[in-house]
Amino acid sequence: MSALTRRRLLGQGALVVAFSLSRRAMGQVMEKRPTLPGDLDKFPLLDSWIRIDAEGHITVFTGKAELGQGLRTALIQVAADELAVLPTSIELVTADTAHTPDEGVTAGSHSMQDSGTAILNAAANVRALLTEAAAWRWLVAVEEVELHDGAAHAPNGDSLGYGELATLLSLHVEAKPDVARREKGVRLIGTNLPRVDIPAKVTGGVAYVQDMRLPGMLHARVVRGPSEGTRLRPTDFDAVARMPGVVQVVREGGFTAVLATQEWQAIKALQRLQSAGWDRPGTKLPAEDMREAIRRLPSQEVPIFDYPGPPAPTDGKVVKARYSRPCLMHGSIGPSCAVALWENDGVTVWTHSQGVYPLRKSLAELLRLPAGKVRCIHTEGSGCYGHNGADDVAADAALAARAVPGRPVRLQWMREQEHGWEPLGSAMVVELEATLADDRIAGWRHDVWSNAHNGRPATAGGLLAGAEVDPPFPRQIPKPIPMPEGGGHRNGNPLYALPNAKGIYHFIEQAPVRVSALRGLGAHMNVFAIECFMDELAKSAGADPLAFRLAHMTDARAREIMQTAADRFGWASRGKGGDGRGCGFAFARYKNLAAYCAVAMEVAVDRASGDIKISRVVAAVDSGEAVNPDGIRNQIEGGIVQSLSWTIHEAVAFDATHRSSFDWSAYPIVRFDAVPATVEVHVIDRPGQPFLGTGEAAQGPAAAALANAVTNAVALRVRDMPLTPEKVKAVLRS
Amino acid sequence: MITLTVNGVSHQVDATPDTPLLYALRNDLALNGAKFGCGLGQCGACTVLVDDKPAFSCLLPIAALAERKVRTIESLGTREKPGALPAAFEAEQAAQCGYCIAGMIMRAQALLERNIRPTEAELRAHMAPNLCRCGTHMRILRAVRRAATAMGGGVRNGAEDAL
Amino acid sequence: MTKRTLLLGSAIGLAAVLLAAFAVSWQPAWPALANPSATFDPAIVAQGEKLAHLGNCAGCHTAQGGRPFAGGRPLETPFGTVFTTNITSDPETGIGRWSRKAFVRALREGVARNGDLLYPAFPYDHFTHASDPDIDALYAFLMTRPAVQARAPVNRLKEPFGFRPLLAGWNLLFLHKGPLVDDPGQSAEWNRGRALAEGLAHCGGCHTPRNELGAERSDHAYDGAWTEGWYAPPLNTSSPAVRPWTTDALFAYLRTGLSATHAAAAGPMGSVTRGLAQASEDDVRAIAVYFASLMAHAPAAQGSPPADKGNVTDAAHPEAAALFAGACATCHAAGAPMMQEGRPSLAWGTPLHEDTPNDTIQIIMHGLAPPAGRSGPTMPAYGDSFSDRQLADITAYLRARYTDKPPWPDVPGAVAQVRKGGSE
Repeated sequence: MSALTRRRLLGQGALVVAFSLSRRAMGQVMEKRPTLPGDLDKFPLLDSWIRIDAEGHITVFTGKAELGQGLRTALIQVAADELAVLPTSIELVTADTAHTPDEGVTAGSHSMQDSGTAILNAAANVRALLTEAAAWRWLVAVEEVELHDGAAHAPNGDSLGYGELATLLSLHVEAKPDVARREKGVRLIGTNLPRVDIPAKVTGGVAYVQDMRLPGMLHARVVRGPSEGTRLRPTDFDAVARMPGVVQVVREGGFTAVLATQEWQAIKALQRLQSAGWDRPGTKLPAEDMREAIRRLPSQEVPIFDYPGPPAPTDGKVVKARYSRPCLMHGSIGPSCAVALWENDGVTVWTHSQGVYPLRKSLAELLRLPAGKVRCIHTEGSGCYGHNGADDVAADAALAARAVPGRPVRLQWMREQEHGWEPLGSAMVVELEATLADDRIAGWRHDVWSNAHNGRPATAGGLLAGAEVDPPFPRQIPKPIPMPEGGGHRNGNPLYALPNAKGIYHFIEQAPVRVSALRGLGAHMNVFAIECFMDELAKSAGADPLAFRLAHMTDARAREIMQTAADRFGWASRGKGGDGRGCGFAFARYKNLAAYCAVAMEVAVDRASGDIKISRVVAAVDSGEAVNPDGIRNQIEGGIVQSLSWTIHEAVAFDATHRSSFDWSAYPIVRFDAVPATVEVHVIDRPGQPFLGTGEAAQGPAAAALANAVTNAVALRVRDMPLTPEKVKAVLRS
Repeated sequence: MITLTVNGVSHQVDATPDTPLLYALRNDLALNGAKFGCGLGQCGACTVLVDDKPAFSCLLPIAALAERKVRTIESLGTREKPGALPAAFEAEQAAQCGYCIAGMIMRAQALLERNIRPTEAELRAHMAPNLCRCGTHMRILRAVRRAATAMGGGVRNGAEDAL
Repeated sequence: MTKRTLLLGSAIGLAAVLLAAFAVSWQPAWPALANPSATFDPAIVAQGEKLAHLGNCAGCHTAQGGRPFAGGRPLETPFGTVFTTNITSDPETGIGRWSRKAFVRALREGVARNGDLLYPAFPYDHFTHASDPDIDALYAFLMTRPAVQARAPVNRLKEPFGFRPLLAGWNLLFLHKGPLVDDPGQSAEWNRGRALAEGLAHCGGCHTPRNELGAERSDHAYDGAWTEGWYAPPLNTSSPAVRPWTTDALFAYLRTGLSATHAAAAGPMGSVTRGLAQASEDDVRAIAVYFASLMAHAPAAQGSPPADKGNVTDAAHPEAAALFAGACATCHAAGAPMMQEGRPSLAWGTPLHEDTPNDTIQIIMHGLAPPAGRSGPTMPAYGDSFSDRQLADITAYLRARYTDKPPWPDVPGAVAQVRKGGSE
């Protein structure tokens, strides 16, 4: 129990005194602490989040990571705003198993909701404590103390820096709920504070794990077949070990890596090792399209939602449709990379993994170390958009580095290794059936089939190397992510007020290919299906697509977002479409818990070639209180363009033995000559409202708006992504 | 030892002649700008200028360079005093993860040095060899337009041009 | 016979010849369609679309950056530049007012609707062999293309080739009208293949050498020829390919632009194979059957393909070897991931085995790219990466490493030539 101080007596009164006198007597009362906001609840001690040293230097800790989504900047804004300091006064330490709270994985658009909220409230607590300390020091009322510019100011002009104040208090205390936010003074939250990481990125500064250079560092390459399920044939390892610059060929069971003093030497050694050819030892891949193949496998029915309502009238009009998507690739532009260093019987790994804590646990198991001997430090990589090769390469680097204790090892995947081995976004099928009565939806049924959307390593068996070492670790068995978040069934529950509506997720555990989380998880497919289907129902009811949606939506913020996007687009005055030109609309609230996003789009379809050109995209987004509106716009713009690439161009290709999408030539993504002419994003700011996760909110609506616009342009609908020129032409011809 | 002229300075690099320029830049000269994205000439993350033309440094062996002048993003100013393109990218916040951006800037630099008044269609066609996976394309285009204007020119816009 | 009689006789003879030539060269104009909006059976239109892809009509009849079939593309010939015409259904500037009869005459006889003789840059000497149903289907397809208003630029021909009636003489000598007669000793598929190859696909247009009058030399059919800066190799027993062009190999190449036992389609064959990818599969296979039979006994493909002499060549050409290792090996070395995808060794591709280094240099200088957004064999362009001398060194190195043939003479000269000539 911390020392009884005058601050405590003044600030918290008799109850605190009682606590300090008899903790045990009050034990039962103390257990039932009220819920704290965000992840503060899991880590209630303030100094888990914020520390101030005697010089006034402020360090803020977050268990989340900068992925290029601007999180670092947003969290700095939140902390600086609440602590009334300049952003440059804040040092933000991100996900590091040695220093930061375990906030799980930076995923699911949870960072602002969980970490941002925690830091906001922790900072408010700290500000309150600083204010109280100053008040006690000056013997004035708390209300008379003002905090700004990194110091407390007394009515008579005296000031005390945060450093001095910090020596008067302890932050190793639990946060209190309901501490008021700062009211007076200049705001940072809600401004477009420029991203703190961009200056280095545009001037050649060190910015990524790929840029790390440690003394004595060796370069490594892992040696595998071309894609998951394949294995390289053994070759003359000794000859490779004698190549110039090669320090060692590391072999542990089936795991092979080559270490060299220069990076190019490691690459040449890899080439030599790959020249022996490869085999696929296990089962062949299915002959048919993956989305059909998985439906033949056993599935487990998981309920998504069940909205009550009277049964639909039997004379209602029944509309059915089936939608689908292929496997999709993350396709991170920079192949995954990690740096590992063994020292003092333990290992430090610099990694761009989205989850340093689960990674640490998995590595500890793989390397047979206690967790305390493994440190994972998040260091930025290129955009990952979910579970890519980052965790696997961390394991590869750790294993390679174990052979050379004391020397840092930098291991980077080759492009083809990232394409070939990264976990994919699952192929999916959605079947929808609805009944219309009096032009309103009277019944609705949603069925979605998918493999898992989470294969993130929680154990060594979730890492590629885990299956290669001898003895191998048991494969991780995926489980469906429960609602309300959901995996393949994410956003399967429409936000519309639908009576008599039910949804079932047919979770297919057995996956012919390696699958895991890709931005949005099931939302891309489910929102695509639901929003295309709403258009099909609207057409059947003879209604305008926007009016039809509004007629079924009671959520006020959803209505406002839809109307905003439509108004900014000029939906009411758009042409009726046809002859190759058309407009489309779509909406979703990510997970029905996070940001609201509506997208309107205008396209031109070349009937001869099937090419789609997007002339205009207008989106509106409601992320609650907007910490950094430009950051929100950036994420939505990016999500729109990325989703358009998925939806129009992308499908991972396989043959019986491996993934044939081995590089960008075999898996083309959108380039500058095919991006929209213009994209506008309008942010509705709601100060005081909870932060809502935004990073994945655009994937579904952009995809559906595109398909709806194409349908408006050519009067025929493509329901199976991607909407390639060949597919569009085929539908036009049928 | 191979001599390389990078950003106006002559360097002696102790690497084999077949070493692609990318690795010499990053590992021997500790220049971070050019990045490994694919090593195949398909993504442009490694783009630098060689005698004023954009080149994939991942596929350019240092033995091929001889006296030719290599320029990387580090030649376009510093954090404190960024050149027109880096400043424009910062002003437009034209980055998400940012991994492709150094390559984008060098690619754009080659265009603006050659033609300060490209059309929108020329700009998009010129940038096409460089990939961005985050979908930052719209901001990248805005940044290049902004830099062109700052350099005394400007991108000629036209709705038909863009398509 | 007196001198006077001779003179008179010659004059009368010349007049007769001129009269005959005039008679032949003068062609009537067919009447314009009054109401050019006939409807066509969608199945026939679909067939016609496939045939248009097979004949690659859009390849010539589309200008760079222009609308499909609207013409305006310059074709360089030894006689000057001919611009392709607008064959969309536009009534004023396209063929919208052409009757079926007029269309047939154009394809079979090289005569425009208004009676003008057409330049054989439009290969009617091949199209004349197309069957009636095929021509009908093509007509249905073209007449249902959206009308585009576009007038081709005026041809820029050297004198006297601008005078169209001269073409009558050319036709007399070189045009053999009408469909071919089937060879009863061959299968129906082979005959269909030949009809297409000689007809709509007009393969000889690039692969058969021409005489001084610009006509294909029928005594040298498919002996190889130059077109647009590329050498189209022989498609008969003179084929330099070191691996057999079986029907399956040829079908894969024509249909996908890539043969696992040869190489990727480059230069003008890129456009051709992209068209064949959308033609009727049976038709493409038939063409493959035909040419596989012509090349069946090509001596070059009889032995085993040459080995990769990497170590030996590297020692002899250290500078080129370094360039190859840094610029090419990432894709082309035996252990490279691209090679693990079943891509062919450089030793198997035809360009290195041709008598000219031209095609090898073209590919290295300009690379390969599928159409925007599509997947397919891809290679970056090295024209700006390497100096002329370095390009020549690499070219010579490849020849030494991957073939058993003697070095090409004057590779630097060939590099300079390709630099001057521009791209595909």
